[in-house]
Amino acid sequence: MATVIRMPKLGFDMAEGTLVRWVIGEGQEVAKGDVIAEIETDKATVEVDSQEEGILHKHLVQKGSVVPIATPIAIIGEAGEEIDVDTLVGELPELEVAPAVEAAKPEPALVAPAKPSDKPEVQVPEGIVASPVARRLAKEHDLDLTSIRGSGPDGRIVKRDVEAAVAAAPSTVPAAAFVTPEARQATREPLSKLRAIIGRRMTQAKQQVPHFYVTIDIDAAPLMELRKQFNALIPEEEKLSINDFIVKAAALNLQRFPSLNASVDGEHLVRHAQVNVGVAVAVEDGLLTIVVHDADLKPLRQIGSEARGMIERARAGRVRPEDIEGSTFTVSNMGMFDVDHFIAIVNPPEAAVMAIGSVQQVPAVEGGKIVIGQRMKVTLSADHRVTDGAEAARWLQEFARLLEQPLQLAIS
Amino acid sequence: MALKTMREAISEALWEEMERDERVIIMGEEVGVWGGTYAVTKGFHDHFGPERVCDTPIAEGVIVGAANGAALAGLRPVAEMMTINFAFLAMDQIVNHSAKLHTMFGGQMTVPIVIRAVGGGGRQLGATHSQTPDVAFAHFPGLKVVSPGTPHDAKGLLKSAIRSIDPVMFIENATLYQVRGEVPEEEYLEPIGVSKIQRAGSDVTLISYSKMLQTSLQAAESLAGEGIEAEVVDLRTLRPLDMGAVVDSFKRTNRAVIVEEGWRSYGVGAEVAARLYEEAFDYVDAPIRRVAQREVPLPYNRELEQQMLPNMYDVIEAVKGVL
Repeated sequence: MATVIRMPKLGFDMAEGTLVRWVIGEGQEVAKGDVIAEIETDKATVEVDSQEEGILHKHLVQKGSVVPIATPIAIIGEAGEEIDVDTLVGELPELEVAPAVEAAKPEPALVAPAKPSDKPEVQVPEGIVASPVARRLAKEHDLDLTSIRGSGPDGRIVKRDVEAAVAAAPSTVPAAAFVTPEARQATREPLSKLRAIIGRRMTQAKQQVPHFYVTIDIDAAPLMELRKQFNALIPEEEKLSINDFIVKAAALNLQRFPSLNASVDGEHLVRHAQVNVGVAVAVEDGLLTIVVHDADLKPLRQIGSEARGMIERARAGRVRPEDIEGSTFTVSNMGMFDVDHFIAIVNPPEAAVMAIGSVQQVPAVEGGKIVIGQRMKVTLSADHRVTDGAEAARWLQEFARLLEQPLQLAIS
Repeated sequence: MALKTMREAISEALWEEMERDERVIIMGEEVGVWGGTYAVTKGFHDHFGPERVCDTPIAEGVIVGAANGAALAGLRPVAEMMTINFAFLAMDQIVNHSAKLHTMFGGQMTVPIVIRAVGGGGRQLGATHSQTPDVAFAHFPGLKVVSPGTPHDAKGLLKSAIRSIDPVMFIENATLYQVRGEVPEEEYLEPIGVSKIQRAGSDVTLISYSKMLQTSLQAAESLAGEGIEAEVVDLRTLRPLDMGAVVDSFKRTNRAVIVEEGWRSYGVGAEVAARLYEEAFDYVDAPIRRVAQREVPLPYNRELEQQMLPNMYDVIEAVKGVL
């Protein structure tokens, strides 16, 4: 029995996706769970798994097509099965083929690109004549050939010249770096897909979302203490991060004060039923936001284990559609980088994003005395179309209270 | 260790192998009663008899053809070409039969033949009898091509050639027969397909074989007087060509001159230089140079002939060109 595979909806606001690549060709066997195709949404490139098994009879859209969600993209059936495509899927819409998906053509370079024969291992500016062994030795000793005078025929730089330069290296190297700035050349390369997506979305957010920011200073000492006690009781691989507590606290707070768990959609305000907390994850050449769904309902340890799995997949480049779809609020934590505080950009259609700084030991006033405190700065960036400063401040105040009395996070 | 001439060393190798293995026979023009044009087989006819030391008609195709047949039938013939220039008359037997029977018949038979051939110029024998066409034979897969430059290697390599189950072209140089060198009294073999450093040095690698090995060694001695230490690598075998010692030496000196008596085009120098660029490119410090015969049929006139052949001064000049 033939089955129609449709363009999946991989996120709350996804209307269409680009079919970047067919992984399974026409006529090939498909097993359940096989990746059929790669689809690029404006968040990421994700893989479409098959829920069926059989033979992939036909691709209904060509590679590079921009396909509205739920549009039929392929047919899977049994081997040898006669399939009437027209009656099965009806008329197919005309699809635009996205030029951006075609293999990126190199743009004219700012500077002449190195010829393939000049491997990038040795930068030999034009006009420099050096023997192969001289080039190799210069590279091994990290010497700039432009700084070496050649003693060979027609000024060729030969082995003995490089050896002499190596012997004199301490004095010649800094001088060489100073006198020959033209040896350093800018490079130009196409933006990676991920960078392009991030750039497009962040530009859109900064241009269209009226941001405002509220910062609060939270006493993190009780949180640090509780985490220590927790982690002493649970296995190494399940240990909770500070961020797991923050996700839980944010989710609980959004459940209690749902005003920030919302989106603007044209003239309407959409209040989300679920509390899905996104966590920004740095990946190679960019970032992805993984999503803990229903984080308000899940116990801390489950949040911890789900987040850990998704972060690992994101860093390994094997993110699943459900890992990154449907977030209603985002947490961005740069605590591991010793930052005091920072300000994040709202990730539409969410209404707010929370930026977490490091827990730092600072002088704190307690009972009229200065003591060593552990403080953490949190900055909320919010969409002014959805909320206002006072509301955001109250929200943050409650968030701080949850973290400063963190036992609540463990029992709810 | 006794100093012996190249002629004595080659003669000893033949004698010892004939004593060791009665399947070894010698065939060629004037090799028997006369004792060989270069007196290499003097006394063999009387000692081993006419059945094992056979004078043949003046017909090289017959000599190699009969030797091929004898080899197929189980003997170990050593066929002598009075000069390598006459081997052209036996070319079909050499390149189409000796070299190919083993592979064309699926390995059913081997052709354990040695073709001794004398080459080289400089003796006013005219253009047709003074050639050094070694590379022409080295071009053909299926043949081994050996060409020693010292009495020691000549003896050890010829004994290995006679014992080899493959057809071997064993190329001697007429002007080397009087060269003396140390030859051990006890039995020894030299492996086919292994090049050898004959003189150590650190400034430049000279690569040669046969007569040009001697020329290169003389050039190296002269250069040493000027403070230039040349390392001299002897190929000894053209096929299979062993680049091991050549590349090792070149990686230390980064400069090379290849010296051969034959013509430059498509020659040993071309092959070795290409292999060095392929296998040791990152060690090249100067273009590799080749010293070879001028590209003309060799003149008969003594002065002109000497002008056309590579000599020690050509090698010295080339070395200075790469330093």
